[in-house]
Parts: sequence; structure tokens; C-alpha cells
Amino acid sequence: MSKTGFPAAARQALGDTQMRRNVGKATSTIRARRAARVAEVPDWEALRDAGAAIKARAMATMPEQLERLEASVTRAGGKVHWARDAAECNAIVGGIAAGHGARQVIKVKSLATDEIGLNDALAAQGVEAIETDLAELINQLAHDTSSHILVPAIHRNRAEVKLLFEHTIARGQDLGWDITAIAEAARRHLREKFLSVPVAISGANFGIAETGTICVVESEGNGRMCLTLPRVLITVMGIEKVLVEWRDLEVCLQLLPRSSTGERMNPYTSLWTGVRAGDGPEEFHLVLLDNGRTDVLGDELGRQALHCIRCSACLNSCPVYSRTGGHAYESVYPGPIGAILTPQLRGLENAPTLPYASSLCGACYEVCPVKIDIPSVLLHLRGRVVREYKSRVSPEALAMETVGRVFGSQRRYEQAQKLARLGHGPIVAAALPGWSAMRGLPEVPEQSFREWWRSRPARPVRGDGAGP
Amino acid sequence: MRVALFITCFNDTLFPQTGRAVVTLLERLGAQVDFPEAQTCCGQMHTNTGYQNRGRSLARRFERVFAGADAVVSPSASCVAYLRENGGGLDGRLAELTEFLVDRLGVEDVGATFPHRVVLHPTCHSVRLMGIGDRPRRLLERVRGIDLVELGNAAECCGFGGTFSVKNADTSMAMLSDKLCDVLDTGAEVCTAADNSCLLHIGGALRRQRAGVRVMHLAEILAAT
Amino acid sequence: MSDGREAVLARVRAALGSSPEAPEVPRAYREAGAFGAGGDCATVDLFCERVADYRATVRRVRGEELLGALVTACEQRPARRIAVPAGAPPWTVEGVDLVRDDPQLSARQLDELDGVLSGCALAIAETGTIVLDGAGASGRRALTLVPDYHLCVVRSNDIVPSVPDGVAALARVAAEGRPITLVSGPSATVDIELVRVEGVHGPRTLDVFVVEG
Repeated sequence: MSKTGFPAAARQALGDTQMRRNVGKATSTIRARRAARVAEVPDWEALRDAGAAIKARAMATMPEQLERLEASVTRAGGKVHWARDAAECNAIVGGIAAGHGARQVIKVKSLATDEIGLNDALAAQGVEAIETDLAELINQLAHDTSSHILVPAIHRNRAEVKLLFEHTIARGQDLGWDITAIAEAARRHLREKFLSVPVAISGANFGIAETGTICVVESEGNGRMCLTLPRVLITVMGIEKVLVEWRDLEVCLQLLPRSSTGERMNPYTSLWTGVRAGDGPEEFHLVLLDNGRTDVLGDELGRQALHCIRCSACLNSCPVYSRTGGHAYESVYPGPIGAILTPQLRGLENAPTLPYASSLCGACYEVCPVKIDIPSVLLHLRGRVVREYKSRVSPEALAMETVGRVFGSQRRYEQAQKLARLGHGPIVAAALPGWSAMRGLPEVPEQSFREWWRSRPARPVRGDGAGP
Repeated sequence: MRVALFITCFNDTLFPQTGRAVVTLLERLGAQVDFPEAQTCCGQMHTNTGYQNRGRSLARRFERVFAGADAVVSPSASCVAYLRENGGGLDGRLAELTEFLVDRLGVEDVGATFPHRVVLHPTCHSVRLMGIGDRPRRLLERVRGIDLVELGNAAECCGFGGTFSVKNADTSMAMLSDKLCDVLDTGAEVCTAADNSCLLHIGGALRRQRAGVRVMHLAEILAAT
Repeated sequence: MSDGREAVLARVRAALGSSPEAPEVPRAYREAGAFGAGGDCATVDLFCERVADYRATVRRVRGEELLGALVTACEQRPARRIAVPAGAPPWTVEGVDLVRDDPQLSARQLDELDGVLSGCALAIAETGTIVLDGAGASGRRALTLVPDYHLCVVRSNDIVPSVPDGVAALARVAAEGRPITLVSGPSATVDIELVRVEGVHGPRTLDVFVVEG
């Protein structure tokens, strides 16, 4: 997918009034639900502090935790693979599928597998990956991409989904306008797949090093289906999902549901270790994925982006995301978290506009359950973009240099003020084009503050500094 | 008491009336105001755009210019927040205007009269980033004759964000559009805030729309008698 | 294969540099035991209220009333053939054919049954969550997943107050590697317009029987 950059992509998205209505309504609804469920919890701030530390601790000791996780999973009869990048991960997964002669695999929603383009890689070797999450199914049928971390098809309303289904999985039927009937069509279509397809692929919300437990949090039951019924289960897990101990879940399982869907607890959470005779898959593969995560880890300030538990609270609270929707970010990870994670994962040169896709209002930081300081990381990445990627002789860099020198000297500054009054000068030139396309420019007053100050009659200075 | 005024580059140039109001107000409350003329800009715009070396050197210049002052006040929360985070906080001697009035001078009734319907836009810095809280509101509530009305969706960002308003003008306008609706819904004559950066943005759109609503910095209302 | 392992671990170590500090986890939140052991009236009340919030049906019964309540529920559904875990108590439900999962029923056989009757390992009051631990009365996972109707028996003594209580109580099960499923209401989705729609793939109807005394 060619990238146009956020400003241009956002401009296009902002013109899509249906999407704006859908996303605006969705985000304001979830915001309210989240707020209500969080307000119920008297120790919410203490949970956030614990969550931040739990994540930081896991990142700081990551090599040890990954080795422990591998040992625990292996002990329980699972097989652990390591993938340096997307290609290697796709090859591993494809190899396992091929080894079992699979022509189809069923999938639980996994952002990591979207990130590496797994479905396309499998298709190239003749394996059809069937998405079983309702939203992922919608996007798959519409040949569309996800626009939200949690509710990937939120940019579509029920009318659009109804028509889509009536053209695809429920051909010839009239589904009516009730969302229940629309969801029923998905259920019927997928039931047969759950009962027959022998290989499933999932992601993971958490991987506990101490016990080897993998955790998947979901609502519909398609996760449970994929994790339980097939003979072979392959889980692709980003290395940053590892947690140190079982006890960590007592915090994370409180933070995640309330922050994401605004529920006290999501309908289904599955926790399993390796394989279990007589219960679930006979074969379990865990693929630990790097694909740029170690680059993020290498930036001391930026690495907190890896703490993300994929709740999407930041997306729902963001005044930018709630208007532009997710496609404007041109990434599997949109919104505020995407603006700090994507450039670090993919390389700044591949997403240089994302750190600027924010007014730095701070709403995201307020709601992040693990206290990722997104505004600070955005500023940090802007600095890195300028230092590492931008040319020092770009028009912007030259303008900034000029303005910087003006501000560095009282004389040059006062000169520039006078020029601004005439509609000229470096400050006006730097700011004018983007601004006045949309807003009235204020007139520069005849007399600046300092000129007024100098024109005041001299005031007697009282030595004791008391009143006038 | 003596206090040095950090007017900020955009107030100095574009909103001198805010500076005049701050001086009038502080003198009325018994303070003696100094204005170190070597001051220019704090460096926030540079840092926020990614030019952090220049931004920090301007913050250091600020520290030098105001080194001798016992107390410094500024009518811009975003500049104060920036300086505090970038080594220009003057060891706690720098305060935003409403912080100075309420915390340092200990006043909420500043002796102002302003018989108009006014709506307060709280600004992101005051709501979230700096914890100024309800100081602006408390000061306004004590103004004689004022009809202070509630702003819907008050904590939503207006869309200015400094260079964001230029680099992402479309999204900035979409945010401003909603803020404008909320302001106009209140029927207020005046929209006020403790920061002229937001008011530059909101005021620009109000003017374009010929909405008949004006913007004024909080200090100008508090200075009015 | 081990190339990938060595390479990734080496990259992680290089990225972290000289061992960064691993912070202590501050525990100012309400930990396990903060509300007592559970099983008391207030805890049971809260659990019933919270499960009902998810649009599951909750019936509170005394021990001797349980089988009667099950009969009534099955008549109302109506459900004639119900799966039961191999390790479940010797329940009998008049008028209902309880099909014990021994030998194991296939997924298709489960799909053709009218429902499943199980117990659980424990329940969490604050969130209205039922916890299945893959053994005994919980049964293996497919059992409580495939049939469209899940009748679940929860003993009031097994209801703990909070999530930390639940996680602590499951530590041994986790260490043993048994699969655990947390169930909070019937299956649902909010994917279309964020309207919560009950019933996608898991059991669309959940009837909970809280047994006291």
C-alpha cells in the first residue's frame, strides 16, 4: 500500500461523511462506557501504576522472560519458534500448515498477523485464511483494511454490513435491519468451518513466562472455537506480550476489559498451556515475533510504546482519530498508539508524518491503562524525525533556523515584529500558507506590548517593592 | 511585591492588549511589575516541531533573561508548561497567571466588573497537562455582573496544537468546527480562555464566520472595571 | 531454527543495553483477600446482580432445589438432550437425557445436543465471571463451547469477591498447565455500530444456578 502521509490521507478521510458519522458515534459511545466502568473502580489509578510497572518489568527483563516462556511452553508439550521478521514468521506458519496438508486455516483476530501480511503469504502458497472475528470477516469480504484496533469494521454501519453479507455469505437472503440477524448470518457461515477446519491461527494478548500460559481475550466465542476444536493451533505472539508471572493477570484482566469495551469483563478469556491430552489441539506452536520490536526496545524513551495492551482507549479518546478514522494512519496500528508505534516498528523514514498527527492534547495519556506517556513520545519522535530523517536544508528547517536566530536576539526579534506589522518577515512567511486557507488572520496591532511598555511614564520605584 | 512579566512572543506581537490587561490587573492588586526587555520566545514552537536543540537553547535564554527575578508570571499556560519541562521553570519561581493570582497573591476576587455573557474554554494545558484545574473559573465567578455559562464538551481540544494547525490544517479545522458549535450553542458574547493560542484559533474562525462573538483573554476580563 | 532464536535474543539484549532497572510493582490496589474469603451473602448478591447484567439468567436455589430448577429450565427451553462433563457430580434431570462425556463426544455430536450442564471451579462476584478449569465439574473446553445452551451450577461457597481473588485461586491450576476459561455472560459482539448483540459463536444462552447451603 503506497503511503501518502497523514495530512493528505486525513484530508481524504475527513471528506467521507458516512465514515465520520460512524466513527464519531462509535468513539463517543465507547468513551462514555469506559468512563462509567472506570468510575466504578476506586483503585483505578493504583491499578494503572501497577500495570505500568508490570509492563516495564517485563520489558526490562525480556531475554530472561522469553527463555522462561519457551521452557514452560515446551515442558507442556508445545513447540516454540522464533521469527526475526515478517518473512520468517510467514514461512514458519506456512510450513506448519503445509506440513499438515491444510488448504484452509481458521483465524482469530490478530493484529500481529495483519502486521506481517500473513493471510496474503498463505494465499500465495494456496492456503485460504478464513477470518472468524465478525469485524475481520466484514473487512475480508469487503476487501477492506482494519480501521480500529478493537472494532476493526467500525467505519461501517449496519446498512453497509447488511448489504455486504447479502452479496456474499448470505446471498439471496434478506437479513432485515436487526443487527442480531446480521450477526446470525455470520454464525451460520462460520459454524461449519469451526467444526471441520483442522488448523487454526491466533494471536496472544499475554504470554506468562512463569507458567507458559497464553491468554486470548475476546467476546464472540470464535476465539474459543479456534483455540479448542482444531487439531493444530499456531499462535503468533509479538515478543513484547510476555509477562513475568501469573499474578500479573490480576491487574491486566482488570485494566483491559474496562478500558477497551467499557465492560467489567469481556465474555470469554481463554488461558492455555502447551497441549493437554483429551482437551483441545493435539499440537501447539508458539511463534515469537520480533519484526522491528527490538528497534522499539532500543529507544529508551520510545520503548514504552511496547507496553500497549491493545485496549484502544487512546483511539476512542483522541479528537484526531475520532474524526479521521483509522485508515488515515495507513497502518495496522492507528490512533495515538499507532502514531508512536508504527514509526518505530517500520522505521521513521517510512512514517515521518505520524508523530505530527496530534495536537498534543493529552487525552490519550489520561486514559491509557498502563500510563504510556504518548505526548512525550510523540515529541521525542518529532525530534528524531528532524535529526535523523529530515534534510537540514528543507524549507521548514531553514525557516526554523531563521526564526530561531530571530528569537535568539532582542534586536532581531524587535525588527521582525515591525516587519510582521507590514505583513512581511520570517514569522509571517513561516506561518501564513497553511493558516489563512481556513481562518481569519489577526491583524498585527499598531503597537506591540513592549512598545506600549516603553511609552509609559516612568513609575517611581519603591525600594520595598510595596504597592503603587 | 515585585513580579516580572513574561509576555510571550505571540502576545507581545498579536495581543498586546492582553499584556496591558495583565499589567493593569497586577498593579491594581498591589504588585510592582517589571518587564525585562531582552525576552523573546520560550522555544515551544521549535521543540514541538522537532527542532529540539533550538527549542532548548531558547528555554535556556529565557532562564538567563529572568535570572534576577524573584517571581515571574505569564498569561500563557502552554509556555509555562513547556518551560517547566525544558529547564526553564526557574526553580518554581515561574507561574501561570491564574496560578499566580490564586496561589501566590491568594486572591479570587480581583475587583473586576464585566457585565456580559461569557463562556470559558478551559484549554488542554489547564485541563490535563498542567493541572491548573478550576482556578480560571473561580476567578471569573467573582467578576461583578458576569453571566458565566457552561461550555459543552469543554475538555475537547480546539485543534490548535501549534504547528498542528498548519501541518494538519484539515483535521485542525474539523476539531475547530465542533468547538465553534459548542461555543455558539452557549449564546455567549465573549469566549475567553487563559491562553491566547487557543483564542487565536477559535477567534479566527469566529471572525471568518461573522459569528458576532468575540474572544478575549481571561486577563482582559479580570482587568475590566 | 535456532538461528532465529539466537538472533532475536541477541537483538533484545543489544537493545536493552546494560541491564535496565526492573521496577518493583506497586501494590496499592485492592489485592486478593481485601474483601474476605467470599461465599458470604453480600458477595453472592453481587455476583448474581453482575451476571444478570450480562443478560444471563440467574436462579438462586437451595441445594435440594437444584435438580427441580434444572428440570424447569430444560422444560422451558425446551432441551431434551444435554451433555455433562465426565467428572461432573451424579446429576439427574427428569425428562432430560444427560449424555456423559465418556467416551468423549465429537464436536459434531456436541453440536447436535440441546445444551450442556456443567459446574465450575469458582466464580468472581465483582465482574460476574464464571471460571472453568478444564477438570471435574467444569469439563473439557469443547463441552461448554459448542452447544448453544449452557446451564452452569455455581456453589455459593465458590464465589470469590474480586479478580485478584480469582487469579490467586487459580495459580495452582495454571502451574499445572490446565486450560482455564473465564466466562462472563453469553457470547456477544459490539462490532457493528457498537450495539451489543448477544450470541455469535459461543452458547447464546447462559443459565446460571447459584446453589446456597
